[in-house]
Amino acid sequence: MSEQAEHHYTSLGVDNRKLGMWLLIASECMLFGTLIVSYLIFRTKSLVGPHPREVLSIPITTVSTFVLLMSSFSVVLALYSIQQDDHKAFRRWILVTVLGGLVFLGFQTYEFTEFVHGGLGLSTNVFGSTFFMLTGTHGAHVAVGVILLLSLFFASLRGKLREDGALKVDTIALYWHFVDVIWIVIFTVVYLFVFV
Amino acid sequence: MTEAALNHNHSYFSGGVWGWFTTVDAKRIGVLYGVSALVFAVIAGAEAMLIRTQLIVPNNDFLAADTYNAMFTMHGVTMIFAFVMPINAAFFNFIVPLQIGARDVAFPRLNALSYWVFLAGGLIFHGGFLTWELPKVGWFAYANLTETQYSGHGTDFYVIGLLVLGLASLIGSINFISTILNMRAPGMTMMRLPLFTWTVLITNIMLLLALPVITIALVQLLFDRFFGTGIFNPTAGGSAILWQHLFWVFGHPEVYILILPPMGMVSEILATFSRKPLFGYSAMVFAVAAIGVLGFVVWAHHMFTVGMGPIAMAIFSASTMLIAIPTGVKIFNWISTMWGGALRMTTAMWFSVGFILMFTIGGLSGIMHSSPPIDWQQQDSYFVVAHFHYVLFGGSVFGILGGIYYWFPKVTGRMLSEKLGKIHFWLTVIGFNTTFFPQHFLGVDGMPRRIYTYPEGLNFELWNMVSTLGAYTTAVAGLLFFINIFVSLKSGEKAPADPWDGRTIEWAVTSPPPEYNFAKLPQVEARDDFWYKKYETKSFKPEKPGEVLLPNPSSYPFFTAVGIALSGAGFLWGPEFLGPVSPISLVGVVVVLVSAFGWSFQKFEG
Repeated sequence: MSEQAEHHYTSLGVDNRKLGMWLLIASECMLFGTLIVSYLIFRTKSLVGPHPREVLSIPITTVSTFVLLMSSFSVVLALYSIQQDDHKAFRRWILVTVLGGLVFLGFQTYEFTEFVHGGLGLSTNVFGSTFFMLTGTHGAHVAVGVILLLSLFFASLRGKLREDGALKVDTIALYWHFVDVIWIVIFTVVYLFVFV
Repeated sequence: MTEAALNHNHSYFSGGVWGWFTTVDAKRIGVLYGVSALVFAVIAGAEAMLIRTQLIVPNNDFLAADTYNAMFTMHGVTMIFAFVMPINAAFFNFIVPLQIGARDVAFPRLNALSYWVFLAGGLIFHGGFLTWELPKVGWFAYANLTETQYSGHGTDFYVIGLLVLGLASLIGSINFISTILNMRAPGMTMMRLPLFTWTVLITNIMLLLALPVITIALVQLLFDRFFGTGIFNPTAGGSAILWQHLFWVFGHPEVYILILPPMGMVSEILATFSRKPLFGYSAMVFAVAAIGVLGFVVWAHHMFTVGMGPIAMAIFSASTMLIAIPTGVKIFNWISTMWGGALRMTTAMWFSVGFILMFTIGGLSGIMHSSPPIDWQQQDSYFVVAHFHYVLFGGSVFGILGGIYYWFPKVTGRMLSEKLGKIHFWLTVIGFNTTFFPQHFLGVDGMPRRIYTYPEGLNFELWNMVSTLGAYTTAVAGLLFFINIFVSLKSGEKAPADPWDGRTIEWAVTSPPPEYNFAKLPQVEARDDFWYKKYETKSFKPEKPGEVLLPNPSSYPFFTAVGIALSGAGFLWGPEFLGPVSPISLVGVVVVLVSAFGWSFQKFEG
């Protein structure tokens, strides 16, 4: 392969990988939609406790939500840096984003452990089942995102992001934004709806 | 560069056995899909014969009740997920890149992954045969029949098999939407796309949006069965009706996923053999798109007997009737395409004409079901069995058989025997109608579905006997079809590039096509571009062989699929380890991770 990125003609003018990511996101909307609907149906239908109001903590989750949303900002800065060909700044902002993701996952681990200690397991009641499935699926998406971001970081260290790096970062940032946006919905539906 | 540059004039299927495992060529993957699908069709067909043999006389004990339940479950799931969907995928792979003037698909390696994951899913689903623990819950697997206290280990094969099969289709859908949107040759605008490609696009959009719903439903069922949750179990606060909703939110789009590609095939065949452009092309495109949208808003017409209340029933009844409009548009356009055309009644054409008639019959009984009071009478009776076999066999399968007769020369370089083909067609029409038309009568007389036998004296004897004899006739027809394939592959007439005087650009390349499809990307100037260049501008010249840079083969998709298969298999076999999951799953996850790592660092051109 020559050093210059090979130019691919595409009908829409969008790279296949980016188009593929948009399509994946469309599919993920239906995936999370199904999980959210299941949660909404069951959150008040448990035969035994604990019920949502007894365990969910809005203050703690607000902090982790804020961190996750800020990581969407830092990934934009990472994208901007690589578009400016500033690979050092790129790696810095990618690490900040990774850190944001890890903090979020840490909070989630803490939350899950607290719930299990407080008597709410996966099979305790239907609120627990659908809650863990919904937020667990989201957590798995964050974890995948962290791995993808880390792979960008190491690729950049080995000088592999010179050719079409901005496109790769753009595509993975798209995924990261989606994971954040869907969390806004989950935060609203799961945590803020406690009072509804 | 040289490593990947393939020399010219090789037909796409030369090369050794390992080449088939590492191939990323959409044409080869199409052939793999097609062959696997036909093998599964034979299995599912044999199951149908067992079902019909059991029902030939009243109080028959040919099959035990339990085995009978397993047979109709396996027959339904295999026909839908392991025959019709993958054979449609075979056509997507082989025909779509050729029709849009592309050398390959957007994601060649994902394409290979999609095939191997499909194969893994099909095999896992059939894994219950090893220990005779088969799913016995019907293809819809209604809760709470599927909870552990009511059904055994066999149901796990359904859950895991379908999850893996769904993953394959999901990967495939991303690939095919990207391909059709983004890999079109210069000048191939959306409204110049051949209608088959349009149906593939809409089908894959439906797959993309419908599969996640069944995926979550299956995961929830898996959690119910393996981790003790009670999502579909009312005694634990769950809801059995939720399964029905989630299943049909997927399941109804699924029936259009099965029928739209055959509709596309029939549209191509009718235009070619009438020597006329497809009548009302834009209306057809909009009809396909409308079906794609409406397909998502009718699911609860499968649930009229659940007790959803009059408002929900009225809405779903009305939306179901709406589907008749775009479907009617299509039927009239097909008839108008033939009207005044110079008809050539080849086997492909016969199957297409048969498709229109059979599908219309199935469509009419479908409109009957859209009315809740009538549906209450027909629900769970043989009337419904007759209805959906008219649309799935008389529709999908007739279209697919037409498609095989039409494109077989392009795929293999050999013509199928027309003489055998016509005998095959007439035997199929007679056998199929003899099997399923009497089932309308049985249903109206009150014979229920999914019951392994029936008593004497209920007036069911005659039509069951007729139906079973019809099924045997269909089986003979199927046998003839396979004989035709084998004989023609060996000694069939050699196919020219354009055996049917075709209209679309797949007929511009040799039969079978070169590995790179097009040495020079075609410049598309019109709808039915090949016909336009042959007869309007008289500018068509067969292209000379060239050298084209193609993606190099990759074994990572195969190994990734092996890993996915192992991850699923851990739920079915082996000692309990992580909760109820065996260490096989752990090995599978490691294999997936290692393969994915290798995959992302593979130097890959294309």
